[in-house]
Amino acid sequence: MGDRIFKQAVTGVALLIVTITIALGVMLVWQSWPALKSMGFKFITTSHWNPVLEEYGILPLIFGTIVSSFLALCIAGPIGLGIAIFLSELAPRWLGGIVGFLVELLAAIPSVIFGLWGILYLVPVLRTQVEPWLIEHAAGFPLFEGPPYGVGMLAASLILAIMVIPILSSVCRDVLRAVPREQREAAYALGATRWEVIRISVVSYAKSGIFGALFLGLGRALGETMAVTMVIGNSPIISKSILAPAQTMASMIANEFAEASSDMYVSAVIAVALMLFVLTLIINGFARFLVHKTAHPTG
Amino acid sequence: MKRFNAIVLMLILSSVASVHAAILINGAGATFPYPIYSKWFDLYHRAHPTYQFNYQSIGSGGGIRQFLAETVDFGATDAPMKNKQIESAPGRVVHIPTVMGAVAVVYNLPELTQPLQLSGELLADIFMGKVKKWSDARIAALNTGVVLPDRYILVMHRSDGSGTTAVFTDYLAKVNEAWAKDVGHGKAVNWPAGLGAKGNEGVTGLVHQMPGAIGYVEMAYAEQNKLAVVSLRNKQGEFVLPSSQAVSRAAAGAVIPDDFRVSITDADGSGAYPISSFTYLLVYDPAKDQVKGQALIGFLKWAMRMGQTFAEPLHYAPLPKSLIERVQSRISQMK
Repeated sequence: MGDRIFKQAVTGVALLIVTITIALGVMLVWQSWPALKSMGFKFITTSHWNPVLEEYGILPLIFGTIVSSFLALCIAGPIGLGIAIFLSELAPRWLGGIVGFLVELLAAIPSVIFGLWGILYLVPVLRTQVEPWLIEHAAGFPLFEGPPYGVGMLAASLILAIMVIPILSSVCRDVLRAVPREQREAAYALGATRWEVIRISVVSYAKSGIFGALFLGLGRALGETMAVTMVIGNSPIISKSILAPAQTMASMIANEFAEASSDMYVSAVIAVALMLFVLTLIINGFARFLVHKTAHPTG
Repeated sequence: MKRFNAIVLMLILSSVASVHAAILINGAGATFPYPIYSKWFDLYHRAHPTYQFNYQSIGSGGGIRQFLAETVDFGATDAPMKNKQIESAPGRVVHIPTVMGAVAVVYNLPELTQPLQLSGELLADIFMGKVKKWSDARIAALNTGVVLPDRYILVMHRSDGSGTTAVFTDYLAKVNEAWAKDVGHGKAVNWPAGLGAKGNEGVTGLVHQMPGAIGYVEMAYAEQNKLAVVSLRNKQGEFVLPSSQAVSRAAAGAVIPDDFRVSITDADGSGAYPISSFTYLLVYDPAKDQVKGQALIGFLKWAMRMGQTFAEPLHYAPLPKSLIERVQSRISQMK
């Protein structure tokens, strides 16, 4: 009797999640239909977001979302993995406990706090110290051109990286800890050094789990709203320079939904949400595929 | 012990009684007038405990939507409703102007000791990115005798949809043809230049941090954060700083139609500050609910008399006397 109730209860909650996801998708499609119908493919291929003329093109938003998240992952990936290796392989128990606790604390800080820290501390440092240096020393290199605003793609990527590190490192740590002892012992028995043991038998064994962690982090970065809005400069432009301001899909929604006045405008903002939903779906699907590939290289 | 019980019982009974007697009036809309509205609602509730107001400052757009859907008893908006919206309403919509506000143009030039002077047309060119440096000859021409720094102009605007942006761009569109043609006006526009920050506090923060920055915020934010404010040239050719008096003068100099729906930016009149605006309460006449309708009428009458005295301390501007009389006569016609 108890078994049956329990089974039905957990099946129920599992189905609930499926229902919520489908309902969300249906609602987004339904609400965004007027804008998508009127804009067509131009919605994702043009760059003008102009509520005055009711023209909506979100290419710069897609660009800003993907680039800021990708840059964040490039910064956070090595750091997060390094922390995980330290915690699972090298740290003495007491130190590992402290570092692990602090990393998890970082994950619990609300994103608006990161945003405030970004505006009050990170952005001024970038504007007065880092960016002038970059501009001067990278003369002519298009990645570091333009006036040093402080806010912009670089600031957003750095903030995102800091927010992604806790997830990355704690998932990676658990993945590395799950590597069987025999793996390590076998490598030591063959005369491998510590570095070789970690590289060959631990990290490469845990590869698919590490990929999974990276995509989890990417998912977090893609959807992050508040902190990014506060430091990215909110200009829907596509620039070669990472010092230039940009705009992401999530921050656009947060910025404009409350005051969107016409039906078409509301519909366009919801269409941005739909595109973000689709983008996350694609990236998650790709991640699944990649994890599967690395876990089963032959098939 | 018995006496204690009796007191507790009385307290419970009296609170139950007051809950039953209270009439809850719901409203939603603009964030700009929220500080003064919450003050008004609180004071009015204390004077008339039967009436309790619940106001959600969700933004003008949301306020209009909820008002049209009749989920609230009154709406609030900075920009008046459009004709199309009014036609789609389930009843006759009345706009009641309550107080006025101004958009201050703020800047960060540590070198300057006196207020920078600008004309509207030049301001629009600056926000279009056509004027690159503070030392530009056109800025210098309006500020004779002032040594302008050779800094780049960093334009800051709102990234979120906002009534403040609507008023500001409405003004720029009136005074600069290229702006009207290429950018237009609205709560959110396709900005030709600069950085976007969320909320008045966001723009205030960026301008405060960055030497060379120029932006626009509600008057209260400029005063509370001690930002330098541009003295703007009005239609009469006078340079005016935003203040309660200068805003009231703008309303006094404007031609206001009988439904009170009007933009008073670039108003004609001596001493008028050019980026001024009304904020409105939206009510149906006749009200759907007679009891609540009468309560709202009573409140609005109070807002036109007592309410106006709270405007200035909270950095709003009171309505000019001539307009108050017209609004009062409109309120007294309401059913």
